[in-house]
Amino acid sequence: MPETMLLIPGRSSKQGTSLNKGKLGDEYLDITSTVEINADEMVRLGFNSGDRLRLKNHIGEAVVTCVSKKATDLPEGMIFIAYGPTSSRLMESDTAGSGMPLSKHISVEVEKIG
Amino acid sequence: MSENVKVVENATCTFCGCVCDDMILTVDMDEKRITKSKNACILGKAWFAEHYIEEDAPVAMIDNRPVSMEEAVEEAARTLVNARFPITYGLSDTTCEAQRQAVAITDTIRGNIDTTTSVCHGPSGIALQGVGESTMTLGEVKNRADLVIYWGGNPAESHPRHFGRYAVTAKGMFTPRGKKDRHVVLVDVRRTPSAPAASQFIQVKPGKDFEVLWALRALVKNRRIDPDIEEETGVSLETMEELVERMKNCRYGVLFFGMGLTMTRGRHFNSGALLALATDLNEYTHFVAKPVRGHGNVTGADNVMSWQTGYPFGVNFSRGFPRFNPGEFTTVDLLAKRDVDAALIVATDPASNFPQAAIDHLANIPVVCLDTKATLTSKLAHVAFRTSTYGINTAGTVYRMDDVPITLRKAFDSPFPNDEEILTAIRKRVRELVLARGQARGATGVSRAAAPLQ
Amino acid sequence: MTECIQLAGGKVYDPANGIDGEVRDLYVEQGCMVETPSSSPRTIDVSGMVVMPGGVDIHCHIAGPKVNLARKLQPEDHRRDPHPGTEHTRSGAGGTVPSTFATGYRYATLGYTTAMEAAVTPIGARHTIEELHDTPVIDKGFYVLLGNNIFLQQLIRDGRKEEFRQAVAWWVNATKAYTTKLVNPGGDEPWKGKKNSNVKDIDEKSDFIPVSPRQVIDAFVDTVNELGLPHPPHIHCNNLGHSGNFQTTLETMKTAGDRRAHLAHIQFHSYAGELGKNPKSASREIAEYVNDHPNITCDVGQVMFGKSTIMTADAPLAYMLRGFKKGKWVNADTECESGCGIVPFSYQEHIYVHALQWAIGLELFLLSKDPWRIVLSTDHPNGGSFMSYPKLIRLLMDREFRREEIKRVNQKAINSTILNELEREYTLNEIAIITRAGPARALNLSNKGHLGPGADADITIYDEMADKEAMFNAPRYVIKSGALIIEDHEFRRDYYGKLLHTEPGYDESIVAEVRPFFENYYSIEFPNYAVDDSYLHDHEVIATV
Repeated sequence: MPETMLLIPGRSSKQGTSLNKGKLGDEYLDITSTVEINADEMVRLGFNSGDRLRLKNHIGEAVVTCVSKKATDLPEGMIFIAYGPTSSRLMESDTAGSGMPLSKHISVEVEKIG
Repeated sequence: MSENVKVVENATCTFCGCVCDDMILTVDMDEKRITKSKNACILGKAWFAEHYIEEDAPVAMIDNRPVSMEEAVEEAARTLVNARFPITYGLSDTTCEAQRQAVAITDTIRGNIDTTTSVCHGPSGIALQGVGESTMTLGEVKNRADLVIYWGGNPAESHPRHFGRYAVTAKGMFTPRGKKDRHVVLVDVRRTPSAPAASQFIQVKPGKDFEVLWALRALVKNRRIDPDIEEETGVSLETMEELVERMKNCRYGVLFFGMGLTMTRGRHFNSGALLALATDLNEYTHFVAKPVRGHGNVTGADNVMSWQTGYPFGVNFSRGFPRFNPGEFTTVDLLAKRDVDAALIVATDPASNFPQAAIDHLANIPVVCLDTKATLTSKLAHVAFRTSTYGINTAGTVYRMDDVPITLRKAFDSPFPNDEEILTAIRKRVRELVLARGQARGATGVSRAAAPLQ
Repeated sequence: MTECIQLAGGKVYDPANGIDGEVRDLYVEQGCMVETPSSSPRTIDVSGMVVMPGGVDIHCHIAGPKVNLARKLQPEDHRRDPHPGTEHTRSGAGGTVPSTFATGYRYATLGYTTAMEAAVTPIGARHTIEELHDTPVIDKGFYVLLGNNIFLQQLIRDGRKEEFRQAVAWWVNATKAYTTKLVNPGGDEPWKGKKNSNVKDIDEKSDFIPVSPRQVIDAFVDTVNELGLPHPPHIHCNNLGHSGNFQTTLETMKTAGDRRAHLAHIQFHSYAGELGKNPKSASREIAEYVNDHPNITCDVGQVMFGKSTIMTADAPLAYMLRGFKKGKWVNADTECESGCGIVPFSYQEHIYVHALQWAIGLELFLLSKDPWRIVLSTDHPNGGSFMSYPKLIRLLMDREFRREEIKRVNQKAINSTILNELEREYTLNEIAIITRAGPARALNLSNKGHLGPGADADITIYDEMADKEAMFNAPRYVIKSGALIIEDHEFRRDYYGKLLHTEPGYDESIVAEVRPFFENYYSIEFPNYAVDDSYLHDHEVIATV
């Protein structure tokens, strides 16, 4: 059964430094397709750091790698990802008349691959 | 490393909206690269180190085929003039001088112009238009602020020197002991790496910022709030009451806010609630607020757009004068609705961060792209220019997040032209084409620029 | 670029040269007025038309950080008033705070060719110059805000007169300003540092830096006159808008003694009555003092009914005005230098205070005995847009029109003034003085405001009409620096005027005094603060006097 979670894209130091090296570089693509998940939740869902996950919603889907984040630093039910091509694939284009897509509040179904 | 070394003092880092102007750059003039950037943060160091010259990159390409500047300018101008609904987008990572040319081009072709503001603090711009704002330059925070609140932002990772230079540990006129003279609050949905810098962390349930802000406004106005607010928002009434007391009783309070407010449920209502809260607090003390802006000159883009068109972003010239309407003339909407048939993209990479539907349309129309490096956008562009980097190879003006203008110092020359030079050349050619089109159709006066090509 | 032109047969109003409506030919060559041209000119028949020097606005808010914030703040202000582009001109947005292009073109369509932005923070000077560069047709300059500058107030406190003088000169150079501006001196610190309070009395000292507004005013009047800046300190007095403030205004002028000083938007400072109660007119007291003191110049800051935008470095004032309707409000603090407030506003005929302000402005114009020292202004956009100048001119020139307008406003306000008794009508010659020759003289712009040989060829040509509002609304020709910009009411070319600034001498050693303060309390680097020459583009240094 896929788990429904909230994807929150944001900036990170590594995303910032790697984008200077080039957005077509492996490092940037790596960082922007890695997600953080609460450590306790990882256990509950049977995920291990390094697992490949499929994120899916009505817009599209993407494959990412997960790493565990200290439970105090990331609430359960939330996934953090550094902005980039991966988050784009899941982002709704409707802006509700504001010009701004809902970029930090994306509902996704999460499923381990394989 | 060669012997030919130059040191540039008081240089400016344009990576983020902090626009720190105290860089001491060591430049290897033979290698054409910056080898050391003293005072830079981790992001700034990467910015300076990685913007070296890729000598073998072509100055311009049409459909990924190397061409001369002249050919590319001609093709770019024709592409834009031949379009029925061309858009200009980006502009937050270039100088004001280049931004001015971009607006001029768009005015001439009666296109649509928008900046990355629309997907960053555009909602805060809308909020400003609704409720105003009490704000300040960053030096006031350094000198005066005894209460600093960050809301929905993670400066430790996005603006690493914000704490030290301006707002937390910075020492000023009435804050001689720096952090000891301040109470610092961080409000966010997750405990980010910024939390250790704060005296207090308040965790809000995702998407509930508006509710918390509105409750704080009510408390400031001495209205009663039900304790079940905690269930709704994740923040206890007690925490809110204590924060309100602090806010009312400080000497100079500041609310900094980030995209945790503008990009989530509520968007401009969130920013508006925060700006209104700061305004309300001025009944009790001096209180200010400031969006923490991302790109090095996104604030300059807002300023240039405002002084040239009257509006900060999302501007359409199709009727021969500027009109403003977020949601209609903003780029994500225009692309996703497949309204546009050509795009001039300056110094940004929408193909890597826009919603997929917008990216899909971008791939289907002719794109003219200016960037310092190859990007997903330059890869799909019809005409792609390789440019020099502002603040490294190009002087000019940028505006810090608090609207303070700063002049850039050039570290070393690039073989690639800068955005302003390319845009000025396109502007000149576009004007010739538009006037020639008007004359061919025998139009006169005002209508001349409006006549579409045959 | 600039042609040789003969303007044939016009009625010339050139008060600086004693020409009052004489029919005569004028010649333009190389951007200047000449006695006789060296080549054969293009002749423009202007017979039956009125020829005047281009207008000079001595006090307006058209460029820089606060103006741009006001633009961003008010899409509703622009939306109803678009400014389409033409083949020659850029498009823009109008309203009370137009875009830069619309500002320049609209000044030109009123026959104005020079305008001075009246309040710029030093740290915002670079921004202001960038905007002025995008403001077409007109020549322009700005006044730099130094009256609440913390470093300068410390020098006043310490009695370091010489260093003060050097530092003022340094700041004028560093910002490329035209003169210094004082706004509610002493008011910033209580506003920012003492929970939004304000200085109330010209002799009240702040606890932080114990100097009074009077000491600040005295120091600037002294120093700016000594430095010989072309225009004296441009003073926005304390207590703007408050009942009874005319006493503060009189005290400010008395502080200047017999030294040159310019009182800005003096209408807003000419109120009698008791603090906190409805104001009354003190126009007689103020006009009398100004009439008797040839060292004083002023601009009126006339209120015109309709939409305006309050934008001021007087932040406490803007907050007070915000209190009436609790509408949107901007406050913007500038480190070590200034405060700022912005409030969208409208003046309404039926409101007592607004009608009184309107009447006081007109009284001041009509009671003034020396048109050379009272300048037409609306403190654009505070009292109303500069676009209302033609209507204001008609109010001054046309008694019958004025009477009709008086009937439409709050009668309680009118009855508390003497406006109904004032029969005076301004002549065209006097209008030429208060809109051109006078402000040019007050600014010491010796090549502007007149049409004698050597003057800048900034010329406006109107069809003579009985309706003076219609006449001043639409000049048939406008020539800027010898270039024919408007011909038969249409733009024929684009043109960008120059920046007017001054460069008083100073001793380089003052930099060593400013720098340590700067390094401690500013947030940018000292070497990045001064505006360098690359921002100048077309410019003219106006000599010190």
